[in-house]
Amino acid sequence: MALTKASLAEMLFDELGLNKRESKEFVEQFFEEVRVALEDGDDVKLSGFGNFILRSKSERPGRNPKTGEEIPISARRVVTFRPGQKLKARVEAYAGNQQ
Amino acid sequence: MTKSDLIEALAESQSHLALRDVELAVKGVLERMSQSLAGGDRIEIRGFGSFSLHFRPPRMGRNPKSGDAVALSGKYVPHFKPGKELRERVNSRFVSDESSGATPEARTGTDD
Repeated sequence: MALTKASLAEMLFDELGLNKRESKEFVEQFFEEVRVALEDGDDVKLSGFGNFILRSKSERPGRNPKTGEEIPISARRVVTFRPGQKLKARVEAYAGNQQ
Repeated sequence: MTKSDLIEALAESQSHLALRDVELAVKGVLERMSQSLAGGDRIEIRGFGSFSLHFRPPRMGRNPKSGDAVALSGKYVPHFKPGKELRERVNSRFVSDESSGATPEARTGTDD
């Protein structure tokens, strides 16, 4: 089962004793603060977890895969995630007990 | 923005919570997310994005010092796919900043 906002709120309720409403609101606001920073052009660096980095892409040629028609892909800003050392090491360890 | 900036921002918006609780909650959320990925589980946050694992197949690498070939086993790496809302919001300010100096947004001039 995938981890969702509901499971994070439940964890705050169970482990930190925030009430249900506070927990739900906290999780919502947690991701909203990260979105606001990125929207403002600010990279987000969460040590131990990873960095959300903004990259500006210039316009490039593209194609409509259905019709084959050429259409330019406009310049845009995108967010990428670079996992931190600690998270990478923890995830890598999972490969062992998988296959 | 760093983790401590995030804690500060949340302490301000969630002013009914003690700073210590906000700190524990931020660390708790990140730890829970790490645990989930470390256990091979996806994370799905609507409006933000999803985290999953991508498999990197085994390959031959090289010791950069000696030049010897070394077998590297396959591994999993975390992968993030931004959700629709995040994608649009990250790009919206950028597009309007690019197209004209006169952005009809409340906060102008102080970016970058």
